[in-house]
Amino acid sequence: MTDHELMWRIAGGSGDGIASTSQNFAKALMRAGLHVFTHRHYPSRIRGGHTYTEVRAKSEPVQSRGDGFNCLLALGDSFARNPQEDAYYGDEEIKPLSENLDELNEGGVIVYDTGLLDSEDIPDFEQRVEENDWHVYPINLREIARDHGREVMRNTAGVGATAALLGIDLEYFEQLMAESMPEDILEPNKEILHYTHDMVEEEFEFTHDLRVPEGSHDEEQVLLSGSDSIAYGALDEGCRFIAGYPMTPWTEVFTIMSQALPEVGGVSEQVEDEIAAAALALGASHAGVKAMSGSSGGGFALMSEPLGLAEMSETPVVLVEAMRAGPSTGLPTKPEQADLEHVLYTSQGDSNRVVLAPGTVSEAYEQSRLAFRIAYGYNIPVILLYDQKLGGELMNVPASHFDREPNPDLGAVTTEEELEDAPHGPGGKFYRYRYDAEDGVSPRSIPGQKGGHFLVTGNEHNQAGHIDEDPTNRVTQMERRMSKVEAVREFLDDRDTQTYMGPDDAEYGLITFGSQQGTVEEAVARLNDAGHSVRGIGVSDMMPYPEEEMTEFLESVDEALVVEMNASGQFRGLTQKELGRFGDKLSSLLKYNGEPFEPAEIVQGFEASIQGQDVPDQQTTYVPAAGD
Amino acid sequence: MSAFSAIGEEREIDREEFTPTLEPQATWCPGCGDFGVLKALKQAMPEVGRNPDEVLLVTGIGCSGKLNSYFESYGYHSIHGRSLPIARAAKLANPELEVIAAGGDGDGYGIGGNHFMHTARENHDMTYIVFDNEIFGLTKGQTSPTSPKGHKSKTQPHGSAKDPIRPLSLALTSGASYVARTAAVNPNQAKEILVEAMQHDGFAHVDFLTQCPTWNKDARQYVPYTDINDADEYDHDPTDRSAAQEMASEAEQSLYEGEVLTGRFYVDSDRPSYSEEKQAIGEMPEDPLAERYFDDDYEWERSHDLLLDRHK
Ligand SMILES: Cc1ncc(C[n+]2csc(CCOP(=O)(O)OP(=O)(O)O)c2C)c(N)n1
Ligand code: SF4
Repeated sequence: MTDHELMWRIAGGSGDGIASTSQNFAKALMRAGLHVFTHRHYPSRIRGGHTYTEVRAKSEPVQSRGDGFNCLLALGDSFARNPQEDAYYGDEEIKPLSENLDELNEGGVIVYDTGLLDSEDIPDFEQRVEENDWHVYPINLREIARDHGREVMRNTAGVGATAALLGIDLEYFEQLMAESMPEDILEPNKEILHYTHDMVEEEFEFTHDLRVPEGSHDEEQVLLSGSDSIAYGALDEGCRFIAGYPMTPWTEVFTIMSQALPEVGGVSEQVEDEIAAAALALGASHAGVKAMSGSSGGGFALMSEPLGLAEMSETPVVLVEAMRAGPSTGLPTKPEQADLEHVLYTSQGDSNRVVLAPGTVSEAYEQSRLAFRIAYGYNIPVILLYDQKLGGELMNVPASHFDREPNPDLGAVTTEEELEDAPHGPGGKFYRYRYDAEDGVSPRSIPGQKGGHFLVTGNEHNQAGHIDEDPTNRVTQMERRMSKVEAVREFLDDRDTQTYMGPDDAEYGLITFGSQQGTVEEAVARLNDAGHSVRGIGVSDMMPYPEEEMTEFLESVDEALVVEMNASGQFRGLTQKELGRFGDKLSSLLKYNGEPFEPAEIVQGFEASIQGQDVPDQQTTYVPAAGD
Repeated sequence: MSAFSAIGEEREIDREEFTPTLEPQATWCPGCGDFGVLKALKQAMPEVGRNPDEVLLVTGIGCSGKLNSYFESYGYHSIHGRSLPIARAAKLANPELEVIAAGGDGDGYGIGGNHFMHTARENHDMTYIVFDNEIFGLTKGQTSPTSPKGHKSKTQPHGSAKDPIRPLSLALTSGASYVARTAAVNPNQAKEILVEAMQHDGFAHVDFLTQCPTWNKDARQYVPYTDINDADEYDHDPTDRSAAQEMASEAEQSLYEGEVLTGRFYVDSDRPSYSEEKQAIGEMPEDPLAERYFDDDYEWERSHDLLLDRHK
């Protein structure tokens, strides 16, 4: 695999510009005609601390991180040099080089900054280089940057150096710099880029074979993250109100929306806490605006009560839940898929909500739109569940994917004309919660509409909205609210929201949800290439669960492995609970160390599972089927 | 025809329009001070000139929260302590609505205390009525944030060791631009203050003293009050912030000593409301957001045209 793909990793200290440099690198390669995918890793720390981003580039579509990587640009952690706090920062400087060697593939290329890093600090460096046939290019990037501009421009020198080594045309980087930098820093950066590039070409003899692949796109591409996609989906569905409180990684969606909304005449509110945030979204929605809020684990826990109110009062709202590793504050900057049960069942009473979990960056756009369409079409809260990985990874997607008509339709609401003919109870009271509504969906009126006033309450209520504890009323209203979820199931069935991979008639199944979908897809392809017979499915609907599709899938295979990033196999558990069988067919491959799966780990896990062996990798766990 | 034609309708409003056509499930005890708030509010509406279809009354949970059941309008009986965030967002979504939030002292100063501070600071154009009966009514008589120090209840059998919350001072320091206290035993003043509060363009906080004859027979809410704006001895100027602060702390002290001081403590008519501030910095449209969804001619932007360039 590695010979025709580039897996470039840039490592340094948090705050050293790793994210922006890698983003430009990915964009440059996309403009050069390649398919790109980024994977980022960062500590929960603002400045300093080892961080890296990988950019994987191929001529064919790519939607997963690779297995390890094959080119390292190690910059050195400049914040490790904090003179005041020796005790804290003392030995971190070398990490961008030392910490990344374990995953560097055989035959890989290393460029490191001799201005900040000294390979002699790594006792077995030379030995490992030899054993792994690595090709090492030590360059004083810091000095070059200082001599031709400023020390912080080390990144640019590093890009110039790897561009030379990999044969990437500098023109793409220059263009990108010109688009984003003011004149006074553009010039020195350009100089550094060219100087390092030429210097590397002249002074080094290239011993490695790795070169950037070639490619071309048939249509215009854009580089987007999952968070971008969710935000743009919301905007295109007519969402014009967001309320939130910062919490990683949900902050990304909140930030994108807060910057976009004023441009379209919408409103964003940063408020005192997450209870308020969700309550504001309900208030805005009640008053007739498409609204969203969201958070990550702990913040979403606070939203539990407003979420229940949204269900009982049938106030439409979209809540985003960006998972990170828990429990509690957990690993704040690392991905996990362990909040599934939390979003399915949090809040008192029987859940009547919808939970969607997009599997890729482009699906995130689709399902963000779908979330609003369902919320407002059925007057029900919808949770969009994703994780730190999907939110932060960048991928190229055809620009046309987003070129859609906006949909500001407010869904199940009345107009004033309709209010005149709508059912009214004794005393002319508008029946907001009528028993006989089609699909259980009883349209609402909006405050300010003539003749439409009604009472919303979190208490059980009758057709007019008034608090009512009559047992027959209770049963009728409960059943009506629950029946909306059934209606949503039918709506989703027409939309092919699940993603199938591999041949239809395979022996084995691989099942996953959310952000692991792309990686599983790659694993399914590799397994079939290797002679196994495997079919995969990426499930997007968590509630209502796609009972029919999953039954069909599970009946079609002999055994299935559920791949998810948590320790308790929550999605496998949900599948067994919803279908009420297949316990003997389902086993789990779990990972919960703060890193997403690599495709090879899934391949290995699968092979071990069908041979009844232990998974060789310490970082993943195999849990056999209950019948075993 | 406008999508919200109830808003701004020019006609005589009759207070009886606010009486529910459906008999509410009675929850208030005979003699409860909450009836006083209801009466004053209904009486205020014709003077404010707002009809039931343009009023959104958001309540929390408690006996106070049942106000919605007795008051006919668009209503949102929400959850304990959260009336303010719901109400202020509705105001941002449609600034033309008359938005009123209401709740009890436990609801508003206890569980919802954080929202109170922040809503006051933002100065949303809305009215906030707190039914202050110095007790948790609905959960059967526990000590509340405004119960006096030493107050005994089943959950504080040795008497509360805490000083009570000072709601007027809290509203003032948080930034409310209208701060008043009134009492259910004084319906005329109560009505006048509610009219003013609704007409005020900013966050109007009304600490409304209500009696709870069922759980709190000792509270001072029953005794006659002194109107600080009418009493010569006080000669209070509500536009003077530091005078307001002094007056508020005096009233908060004297309430527990037997003298009930009510009236307008602070009125700042110059401070722009939150919507005005947000509009001025370009973070909120001039037209009511909610109207757009009913306007067939409105041109909805696509993210593609607006934002995708930066990703190319
Ligand atoms: C989150 C939550 N906690 C507790 C309750 C129970 N509860 C209902 S009303 C109430 C206190 C009401 O007291 P107050 O706000 O003073 O109003 P009053 O009943 O005196 O009018 C409490 C604690 C609840 N409904 N929700
Ligand atoms: S318990 Fe107290 S506050 Fe509640 S209705 Fe009875 S008298 Fe009123």
